[in-house]
Amino acid sequence: MEIQLKRRLQPLGVAKFLLPLGSILVALTLGGGLFIVSGVNPFFAYWEMMRGAFGTFYNFSEVIVRATPLIFCALSVAIAGKMQLWNIGAEGQLVVGGMAGMGTGLFIAPHLPPVIGITAMLVAGLLGGGMWGLISGVLRARWNVSEIISTLMLNYVAIIWMEHLYFGPWRDPAGRGFPGTAMLPDALRLPRFWGTRIHLGFFLSLLAAFFVWGVLKYTKWGYQINVIGESQKAARYAGFPIDRNILIIMFLSGALAGLSGISEIAGIHFRLQQGLAAGNGYVGIIVAWLASLDPLLSAVISILLGALMVGGDQLQIIMHIPSSIGLVLEGIILFCVIGGKVFQTYTLSFVREEHL
Amino acid sequence: MEQRREVVRMRGIVKRFPGVLANDHIDFRLIEGEIHSLLGENGAGKTTLMNILAGLYRPDEGQIYFYDKLVSFKNPGEALHMGIGMIHQHFKLVSRFTVAENIILGLRDSFALNYSEIRKRVSRISRNFGLEIDPDSLVSRLSVGEQQRVEILKMLFRHVRILIMDEPTAVLTPGEVESLFKTIRLLRDKGCSVVFITHKLEEVIQVSDYITVLRRGKVMSTVRPEKVQKRNGIAKAELARMMVGREVILEVGKEPLKPGELLLEIAHLSVRGDRGELAVKDVSFALRRGEILGILGVAGNGQTELVETLVGLRKDFQGRVEIKVNPKTSRPFTLHYVPEDRIHRGSVPSMSIAYNMILTCLSRFTQGVFLKNKAIFKWARGRISAFRISPSDPDRKASQLSGGNLQKVILARELAWDPDILVAEQPTHGLDVGATEEVWQSLIEQRRRGAGILLISGDIREALSLADRLLILFRGEVMDLFPVTDDRRLGSIGPLMAGVRI
Repeated sequence: MEIQLKRRLQPLGVAKFLLPLGSILVALTLGGGLFIVSGVNPFFAYWEMMRGAFGTFYNFSEVIVRATPLIFCALSVAIAGKMQLWNIGAEGQLVVGGMAGMGTGLFIAPHLPPVIGITAMLVAGLLGGGMWGLISGVLRARWNVSEIISTLMLNYVAIIWMEHLYFGPWRDPAGRGFPGTAMLPDALRLPRFWGTRIHLGFFLSLLAAFFVWGVLKYTKWGYQINVIGESQKAARYAGFPIDRNILIIMFLSGALAGLSGISEIAGIHFRLQQGLAAGNGYVGIIVAWLASLDPLLSAVISILLGALMVGGDQLQIIMHIPSSIGLVLEGIILFCVIGGKVFQTYTLSFVREEHL
Repeated sequence: MEQRREVVRMRGIVKRFPGVLANDHIDFRLIEGEIHSLLGENGAGKTTLMNILAGLYRPDEGQIYFYDKLVSFKNPGEALHMGIGMIHQHFKLVSRFTVAENIILGLRDSFALNYSEIRKRVSRISRNFGLEIDPDSLVSRLSVGEQQRVEILKMLFRHVRILIMDEPTAVLTPGEVESLFKTIRLLRDKGCSVVFITHKLEEVIQVSDYITVLRRGKVMSTVRPEKVQKRNGIAKAELARMMVGREVILEVGKEPLKPGELLLEIAHLSVRGDRGELAVKDVSFALRRGEILGILGVAGNGQTELVETLVGLRKDFQGRVEIKVNPKTSRPFTLHYVPEDRIHRGSVPSMSIAYNMILTCLSRFTQGVFLKNKAIFKWARGRISAFRISPSDPDRKASQLSGGNLQKVILARELAWDPDILVAEQPTHGLDVGATEEVWQSLIEQRRRGAGILLISGDIREALSLADRLLILFRGEVMDLFPVTDDRRLGSIGPLMAGVRI
């Protein structure tokens, strides 16, 4: 008996949707083993996670809060990925966007009418992240430096720069030595809704998802980006400018991550402090891949992963299991879903050995 | 004549791929010491059948007997071990290794390498089979023909008894083809069996002892050698009929030449290739309305660089490339380009047929920043039916098209706007006879309409059938430029392509 992978003769129909569900089921089963090892009833644990994420409206609102920065970061990774550019630097771009936005919030926006002030902060965040992404774009377009390396390395630069600011020049003089900037005045905070921490940033992130989706699908430029991403040879033949579009895409990619940073600051933290670089840029990569770089699906999956994290927190509170079990589950799910994609094009067949 | 042994018998072989039945109950026999040609159009299932014999694929149904014993190979290594080796169309060589290193690659007899012994064996084999090659030279420095010799040596080094060659002549100069045939015959005389996969009729008749014709995954006929040789005159047409299932017109109906105004002028053009070598040397020619200028040469003699310069993809050149101004529009004459690399340059495989149809005319289908999707699909449907492209669904991905249909998509797109100048680069390379004929007809039609066509081709038959004038290119130089009506010079085409002036 021997197991073989065979190419599917017909592409998958309805099973296309069952496949990821099946993959997740496998992942949850494996995760169940993990709970058993930790001495917890897996059904109970999953039930608690569900309750933690969806049990009450407030809990669900926390899921949305967790998902908000992820949506921006996943879009950032996805739009770059459409052009075969791998932006590992959403984290750093998020941080620079946060710095630019917070700088505006500290030194410029207080002198402006609140609506204009908030807008200026958002624009600054967008520009800051965009410029940070653009650095890698220029390196790539001009000198063919791998954007994977340059974006990754710039993450560390950005984080240390931010630390320098809130430990040093921007530290809150009234903060009694606490490392962090002063709080944003109330007028410069993003509006929150329904008595929860859901803030304007969430709706902006959904808007961004629809925007990216629409641009890629319905515009001339989106068409060009898709062609360049699939085949540079064909793009050159058709006369599409490749280098210029690398710059534009890396700027946009960075800008989306930058928005993530400033929306977190103006919506949740209200100051620049440790914890802004919480790994959303990296989780965004996972989301973008799970979503096959689809912008709308990225938003949906961000919310699901948000639920996983909030559920993980619940486990810690109720069952005293480290909340990082949520991250472990996330890893298992990623592994299973991406591994499961093999079955989209292949099928297993069992071959009986013929006797010679 | 003594009865020779049957080496391989394949019985009822079936192999399915997504959407195709590649092999449909094929029976195939191979006799010791014969050159057996597998003839068929692209997609007829020749390569699939041999990939099965060489252990690369497993048949879905059917048996393989090797010296009357039922066998089933798990991988090419097992087949090779039994003495069945295959040389693929794209060579599997490590370009930064030497010839000797490539030859021993994957050998499993011992951990330690005895280079001097290996080198000795390599040179002995290469002498015996007329495969002259220096075992110490790097593969990256070798010509395509020499690399093929390395592949053959690799097989002989492993004592193959059955050598399968997939389209071995596609990349060779006429001279190299001759020496390859010599080697193949030598192999046969030493008792090896050679399977020769091809769709070129001339070669089949020249070299084979036995011919199996495949069509759409089925065996159409097996032809005895004597028959072919005796009736050489009509054999070609008959084989072609078996390949495609209907009479193929090898002559195209073409009106006499009425050259019109000057469209394009190239003067003293020199272009450097990617490795800095002078790829095009002092080339001059002109193109007029209503003529087809055939640029004939074996691949790799500067055609790529010449074409890329003409169409503006290469900016670094010396000399003059001038597209004349159309007096009617006061703009330069329009130039459209049908590239050789259909899959990666001419199209985007993962995109729909409709979106591939607008690749080079995007701005005609936009309104502001938006795509006019309705108009795109309507137009694509019209083009699909005009060029009889199948599948006819504009939503299908280009990657699902056969080579011929993909080429029709590209032609449908490039010919749509009545270009004044058309650059067609190897437009029928790798296409089957039916598709080739359709491509030729559309080129002739463009000529009738008054376009000037630059046809870059390596296929003498194609160039002679279509072109009004021929320019022979060798190592980037113009060997000769003459009208096809010049019978005296037609005979010199072969040698000229190989760089020999008589």
